[in-house]
This record gives sequence, structure tokens and C-alpha cells, in this order.
Amino acid sequence: MKVGIIRFPGSNCDRDVFHALELAGAEPDYIWWSKRDLSDFEAIVIPGGFSYGDYLRAGAIAAITPVINGIKDCVKEGKPVLGICNGAQILAEVGLVPGVFTENQNAKFICEWTELKVETSRTPFTAMYKKNEIIKMPIAHAEGRYFTEDLKTLQDNDQIVLSFESENPNGSLKSITGVCDEEGLVCAVMPHPERASETILGSDDGLKFFKGIVNY
Amino acid sequence: MKYDAKVKISLKKGMLNPEAATIQRALALLDYQVENTATVDIIKFSIEGADKGIVREEVDEMCQRLLCNPVIHDYHIKISPKEE
Repeated sequence: MKVGIIRFPGSNCDRDVFHALELAGAEPDYIWWSKRDLSDFEAIVIPGGFSYGDYLRAGAIAAITPVINGIKDCVKEGKPVLGICNGAQILAEVGLVPGVFTENQNAKFICEWTELKVETSRTPFTAMYKKNEIIKMPIAHAEGRYFTEDLKTLQDNDQIVLSFESENPNGSLKSITGVCDEEGLVCAVMPHPERASETILGSDDGLKFFKGIVNY
Repeated sequence: MKYDAKVKISLKKGMLNPEAATIQRALALLDYQVENTATVDIIKFSIEGADKGIVREEVDEMCQRLLCNPVIHDYHIKISPKEE
């Protein structure tokens, strides 16, 4: 399965995601932000980093680049799209997932392992987990506090994907740290599954995110 | 005609502002007791346009498409003839 990894100036988890996708059995390739036609790819991952220096707001400038129109086409065609960390912020800025990931409550960059609850297994990325399964993955962000004006719609439509289990490190609404669109094919998560894709990294709990893409 | 545009972007009422909270705590360390601290972003540029109304509409569109995030931000636009 050919999976595209989007690269912006300032992306920095692109190679980690490449490695994790290979481990999962996918055929990853990089896509530069100026590419408009993504028809060669069967799934898309937007990796973490600091695209465009986080100027204006994290993800705001990446959100208006040509590749985003290509991603919108992928969504229309029913291809899975995963945004991790900065990728999640970008998907929220584009409006492909509801809400926003904004400045952490304590105004600090937080880099630590977290316990997470998989809130739904209906997305391709979480299909290999059990609903309510507790997994371990790290976060690394300064703007990860999730906020939405319409929590009820999220809950009613089963659009909450991940939430912090033991503590809520960044002050997210209802501890939410991963959401998806109504169809469940566009998924935005702040924790880094690629940094938990091998036991040597401390956990391989995140690998199923990528295996799920291959199995979809 | 050229105009100066000024966009003031603030967080919506009730939104947590961690930067402002940190500044207020720092002021308290210096024994300044203040309340309701807020931070705003101001973006300024000059822009060509037929009249003030058309320029305002264009800047409003910029706010909605890029400069602000409607989920968390309010914005205020000021358009004035460009100062030479």
C-alpha cells in the first residue's frame, strides 16, 4: 500500500513516520507541500514538526498550501488521512476535523509519555485496538490543548478518538487528544504513534495506527 | 488609492489565555496587582483598493481564510488612508 507523507518546511517527524510505516508493511513515500495531485497514493499521513515555524498559529500556514487541496480530494475519494501532532493542528486549521489544538494550559512545551484511552475503534487507524483499550504513547507539543464549541456533536457522532487516561497534561476539553471527521477517515491525534512503534523506543503500542492503514 | 490596514486579533471572551496568565503572575512577582490581563495580536499592512469599503471586505476575507481561527478568535479591522 502506497502511503504519502506530507513534508512542509519545518516538518521533523517525517522520517520517523516513514520508518514506522515500513515496519507496518506499507510502501511510504514523501510528498512536498507544493504537489497538488495525490492520486498515486492510497493513504496520507501528515507528520509532526513546526511547519512554517508555527508562525501565525501552529498549522495555519500549512493549511493553505496546494497539497491541502490534494488531501481534500483524497478525503472525497474515501482515502484515510492521519495527522500527527503538527499534522493534527493542520487538519484542525483546515477544518477537516472539528475544533482546535491551541496553547497548553500551563504555557509550556510538554514532552512526556502519556497513558491514553482509545475511545473508538471505528477509524482505520484505531481499528486494531479495542474500544477503551489503554495504550502508551508520548506527546511533544506546546499547542495541544483541544477545544471545541460543540462537544455534544463530537460525542453523538463518535468523533472522539483518543483521550488522556491518567492525567490531562495540557488542559484539553474532556481530556480529548484525538478526533476524527464524521466518517472516521480523517483522524487528528496529538500523541506520536511513530515514537511508540518499537519496543526499543519504550512501547510499540502505536504501531497498530500504521498497521491499521495497511489493513484498511 | 492606498490604505493602511490594522487587524487586531484577540481570544474570544471566556477562552483561556495562558500567555496572559503567565504575564499577570510575573507582574505579581514585581508586586503589581493587576486583573483581567489579556494579550492581542496586531497585524498591519498597506493595501491598494478602490475605496475603503472594498478594502475592508478584502481584509475581512483574509481574516476568515488565514489570519484568524474562527473557533477561538474575535477580530477588529481598522482601515485608514495611507500616511505618507
